[in-house]
Amino acid sequence: MSTRDGIAAATSTEALTTELPAGRSLGWWGMVMFVATEATLFACLIGSYFYLRFQHGGPWPPDGIAKPALLRPLMMTAVLLPSSIPVVWAERGIRRGQRWRLRTGLAATLVLGVTFLVLVATEYAETLREFTMTTNAYGSLFYVITGFHGFHVFVGLTMISWLLVASLRGGSFGAHRHDRVRNVAIYWHFVDVVWAAIVFSLYLTPRLS
Amino acid sequence: MSTTAAPTPGASREDLARLEEGWGERPSLRSWFSTVDHKRIGRRYLVTASLFFVLAGLSALAMRTQLARPESRLLSPQEYNQLFTMHGTAMIFLFATPMLFGFGNFLVPLMIGARDMAFPKLNAFGYWVFLFAGLFMWASLPFGAAPNAGWFAYVPLTDEGNTPGLHMDVYSLGLLFLGIATTAGSINFIVTALKLRAPGMSLNRVPLFVWAIVATAFMVIFALPALNADNALLFLDRRFGTHFFDPAHGGNALLWQHLFWIFGHPDVYIIVMPALGIVSAVLPAFTRRGVVGYALVVFAMASIAIISFGVWVHHMFATGLPQLSYGFFSAASTIITIPSGIQIFAWLATMLLGRLVLKVPLLFVIGFIVTFVLGGFTGTMFALTAFDQQVTDSYFVVAHFHYVLIGGAVFPILAAIYYWLPKITGRMYHEGLGRWAFWLFFTGMHVTFFPMHLYGLFGMPRRVYTYPNEPGWAGWNLVATAGSYVLAIGLLLVLIGVVHAVRRGRPAPPDPWGGDTLEWSTDSPPKPYNFPVLPQVHSLHPTWDETSRTSMTEGATDDRIMADGRRTLATSELDGRRERTVDMPESSLQPLLLALAMLVFFTSMLFGWYPVAIVAGLVVAATIAVWLWPTRRPEQELGVR
Amino acid sequence: MVALGIGLALAGCAGGGPSALDPAGTGAARVANLWWLLFWISMAVFAEVMVLLTWALVFRRKQRVRVRHGQPLRFVIVAGAGIPLVILVVIYAVGLRDLAALGDGPGPEAPTIEVTGHKWWWEVRVQGVDGATANELHIPVGEKVRVRLRTADVLHSFWVPQLMPKTDLIAGEVRETWLHAERAGSYRGQCAEYCGTQHAHMAFLVVAEPRHDFDAWLARLGEPAKQPQTDAQRRGQQTFVQSSCAGCHAVRGTGANGRIGPDLSDVGSRWSIGAGAVPNDGGHLGGWIANSQTVKPGNYMPPQQVAAGQLPDLIAYLQSLK
Ligand code: HEA
Ligand code: HEA
Ligand code: HEC
Ligand code: CUA
Ligand SMILES: [Cu+2]
Repeated sequence: MSTRDGIAAATSTEALTTELPAGRSLGWWGMVMFVATEATLFACLIGSYFYLRFQHGGPWPPDGIAKPALLRPLMMTAVLLPSSIPVVWAERGIRRGQRWRLRTGLAATLVLGVTFLVLVATEYAETLREFTMTTNAYGSLFYVITGFHGFHVFVGLTMISWLLVASLRGGSFGAHRHDRVRNVAIYWHFVDVVWAAIVFSLYLTPRLS
Repeated sequence: MSTTAAPTPGASREDLARLEEGWGERPSLRSWFSTVDHKRIGRRYLVTASLFFVLAGLSALAMRTQLARPESRLLSPQEYNQLFTMHGTAMIFLFATPMLFGFGNFLVPLMIGARDMAFPKLNAFGYWVFLFAGLFMWASLPFGAAPNAGWFAYVPLTDEGNTPGLHMDVYSLGLLFLGIATTAGSINFIVTALKLRAPGMSLNRVPLFVWAIVATAFMVIFALPALNADNALLFLDRRFGTHFFDPAHGGNALLWQHLFWIFGHPDVYIIVMPALGIVSAVLPAFTRRGVVGYALVVFAMASIAIISFGVWVHHMFATGLPQLSYGFFSAASTIITIPSGIQIFAWLATMLLGRLVLKVPLLFVIGFIVTFVLGGFTGTMFALTAFDQQVTDSYFVVAHFHYVLIGGAVFPILAAIYYWLPKITGRMYHEGLGRWAFWLFFTGMHVTFFPMHLYGLFGMPRRVYTYPNEPGWAGWNLVATAGSYVLAIGLLLVLIGVVHAVRRGRPAPPDPWGGDTLEWSTDSPPKPYNFPVLPQVHSLHPTWDETSRTSMTEGATDDRIMADGRRTLATSELDGRRERTVDMPESSLQPLLLALAMLVFFTSMLFGWYPVAIVAGLVVAATIAVWLWPTRRPEQELGVR
Repeated sequence: MVALGIGLALAGCAGGGPSALDPAGTGAARVANLWWLLFWISMAVFAEVMVLLTWALVFRRKQRVRVRHGQPLRFVIVAGAGIPLVILVVIYAVGLRDLAALGDGPGPEAPTIEVTGHKWWWEVRVQGVDGATANELHIPVGEKVRVRLRTADVLHSFWVPQLMPKTDLIAGEVRETWLHAERAGSYRGQCAEYCGTQHAHMAFLVVAEPRHDFDAWLARLGEPAKQPQTDAQRRGQQTFVQSSCAGCHAVRGTGANGRIGPDLSDVGSRWSIGAGAVPNDGGHLGGWIANSQTVKPGNYMPPQQVAAGQLPDLIAYLQSLK
């Protein structure tokens, strides 16, 4: 690890300012840490769900609320989980400097993400007739957890649109500069994974008991 | 060891001029609001946190005055309850953590040989949020609307029905707001310490203080979400009729306690850890040798950070949970004393092998050892459930946590103030005044809080605005109150000492103590770019080691000067190999704007102006979008095909 | 320092207040013993630390002291981890034994006292007995008595330092603890979980008395309140039953059966008014009724409009309820 090795690698001005050469970037670490703390937040919420559920005892959902229907959440999963694929594809593309891949990939994800939110809305339209956030603790948990996740999807979509707009402008991303694409991608994958955890906890486990 | 002679500059005069142009900030009103310099921000953290400390301390003096005699009527119960809640909340959230973050901010880049934090704008943003959140909370006090349910705000006392009014909304929103600053700061510390270390600073050469800050930041990342979730749910329960904590509708009152202490226990180590780092940083200069057992101390910090997540139930030993779980949490709580023991004995060994130079910072370190060890012992006693059930929520607990908080955090903070004052202000403090301050503070501290062990055991519960004249209570309370005045005078002398140093102090040389870490190898106070030449680090004590030192003088190379623009070096996470240069952002008003928009958001949530809150939310989003908007670059540089 | 600590701690033992170091029951006695064990161990380790520190300060300050750069890791590990580990294992075992002892409650035949925490007073009932009282409970000496704890509103904590460590009252749940007094006497207890404005004045008294006195107490708890004897008392009763008082307070056998405030059937014999706020005498009682907010600011009994002429009668009546 002597000084000289490094110098050779990094003295030309070009090499000096690119985001690429070696190792993880600052932004990458920043985003990973951010996602770590957000994931803990969801863990706390889901933990609260199970805590209240097992402290409550008795049938779950309580107060005669029907067990959550599965069809729609499964559709939602089928829409949201694959939405990570176009992001990966787009990111790979821009790493090679293919801007068209970035643009189409982001657009595809945008469509999938919006579809997901529409499905959430239709689900709420139905469940709200049966119970609301103020009915009981189950209702509070259900809406707050899914709503908080929905909000994250919304934020993720905002980030994706923002990237899309920036990429349409040109002069933003390329093979040497795509840190922001990667960071948004991390966030989006995170939103996906959290959904899987939510489907499992809120929709599947009540059927297991 | 101390380098008082002017070193041969490693950077040429032109380089220095260019560095000055790239990094310097012309003093102006705008630059005051837009600065992103970690040193200015660090100083602001220190000053602001001290201000909140004085407010919280004066609240404590008011409480102590009320408690001097039994059946006293100086303060109404409503006033007293707001004061003790604000005292605890502010000391924990607005003083201890931000104060230590302030030192971290100022010192981490200097200690690792970087020119700024990894995300300087985020850093500025974090400061503004901290300031606004603190003002947000304190502003409620003059209106009699301050939080009033204790710093851990147990439900159902804090629900809408039992505490109507703004009190607890101020609490939950204020802490959520503040949490943004703490999280941002922690991420920034982690990335800075991982990526911006000077070349050659492999993980086994990272100063202990930096390790401590990183361990702290990791604890924040994983602990704070629990508090945020808790407060969000509380706010929803209060405002929007949810039932998370309402047993009548399937909620559970203990959920609050679990979430709070899953955060709360790691939080006490979040407070003490950087302070222990300070001790490890101060000792080498005043014992003339490195801390014994570097690897052991790092290991101790890491294990505290991990174990601290497994002991939270020891704050709930009287809630009547199953004995089995008490057995487990009791064991975990006893085990966690071992890493602290390792550190204490590592420091003792350091002192026994070195040569002590008894300056004021070392005095405070000694005060720290005496006080913290006593506080730690009472902590270990609580770890035994049976004993804790007897003394929990009595003044015995109040004694414990003031011993560990003042012993474990305030003593080191005071040591740090004296130790780094020359670096921060470029002035030396007055040694005699410092000694007086130490002795008054030390005496006052023990006279105030030692009696609390006793009247706690004699049966006096905490959080009472007044008490009957039971045997043993009144007399010892009076002693405690007297002690708190002595303590306050000690602190007043610290304050006078700082002001005196800034106004009249002798100019400080770069390295007045013969310290071992990199901040002592640059000017006092450091130039905006910190180091004319980024060092090449060859050992754990770079300022003591010839090779590292000369890397900044005769051995300087252009790739460590990087004089154009604002640049610093990124290195690899583990062994500090050079990876690339990074461009640092210019000063900007965006951080302030973003924080202001958030202030508007939280204020309108508080008063229920939801449309305004939505608009503020949009401004927040727009500011972030603009902030991160990629600069336009030529296609070729981007590498587009 | 050590001597100071010991001296101070011992000085407090001979008090007579609600001191945990002056136990009168098995639960508290165990903890007091545990405390002394922990105290002596702490003092020993503290002495060790102080000796090392003093050594450093005395012998390592001379100008000529040679700095040694070794890494005495063995010392750090033995003194900082090894010895503490041994100590910790021992005290953990002792602590676990005491915890188990505290969990060893009375058998099913023992009397069960039902205590409900209110902001800011204690409602006391006995299982199988109809009546209620407040802020005072009686137990037979030498017997384990079950105490079942509920709260009507926020969290409180049931603490009698001389008899038994704390148990919290948790909203929506029922908790149990027990009391066992070895000698007769009155023991002060107090709410130990912060419960709002008047948490400071939420004390109670545990009276440990011989079994037959306890039985008499139980009997009185089940009977109607004393009938007024004098004219003044009769007028007082009239006032009580007809005015707002009856809406919040009960007096057994008078038709007054409010449940918002404490049952007043035996208020004349209580050790205090307002859960430890003021002593129970005529002057304080009058002051309380006229405006309890000056006595115990923030409590849930509003100032009462009792005509000045009626107040002495009311006081006389309440004082006769023993
Ligand atoms: C800086 C903050 C800080 C620190 C460092 C600690 C350190 C410890 N604390 Fe403390 N604690 C608080 C802040 C802190 N605490 C606060 C604020 C509260 C109250 C909150 C509230 O209710 O408001 C609290 C409350 C609290 C409780 C709950 C009490 C109650 O409410 O009933 C418990 C219970 O186990 C506990 C335990 C411990 C233990 C085991 C340690 C250990 O880490 C201590 C370890 C250190 C030593 C032991 C000394 C050095 C070691 C040696 C010299 C080796 C030899 C030692 C032995 C053989 C014992 N603490
Ligand atoms: C870092 C944390 C910290 C610190 C430093 C302190 C410092 C002090 N604390 Fe604090 N305290 C807490 C954290 C802290 N406390 C917490 C968490 C609680 C629990 C709250 C709860 O129950 O919810 C608590 C509770 C608490 C109580 C119990 C209240 C109750 O239960 O009813 C008391 C009572 O005496 C007290 C006293 C003091 C005093 C006298 C100081 C002194 O050390 C303060 C000294 C400081 C100053 C005096 C200000 C600075 C002075 C100057 C600049 C000089 C100029 C001024 C003059 C000369 C007048 N504190
Ligand atoms: C709106 C309800 C309400 C009304 C009306 C009311 N009280 Fe009370 N009273 C309370 C409550 C609540 C307490 C308990 C206060 C506390 O200790 O915090 C109390 C306590 C008392 C006590 C003290 C009992 C004890 O053991 O400490 C007395 C005596 C008393 N009330 C008498 C009266 C009389 C006499 C009247 C009518 C003139 C009256 N009260 C009317 C609610 C009421
Ligand atoms: Cu009830 Cu405190
Ligand atoms: Cu703890």
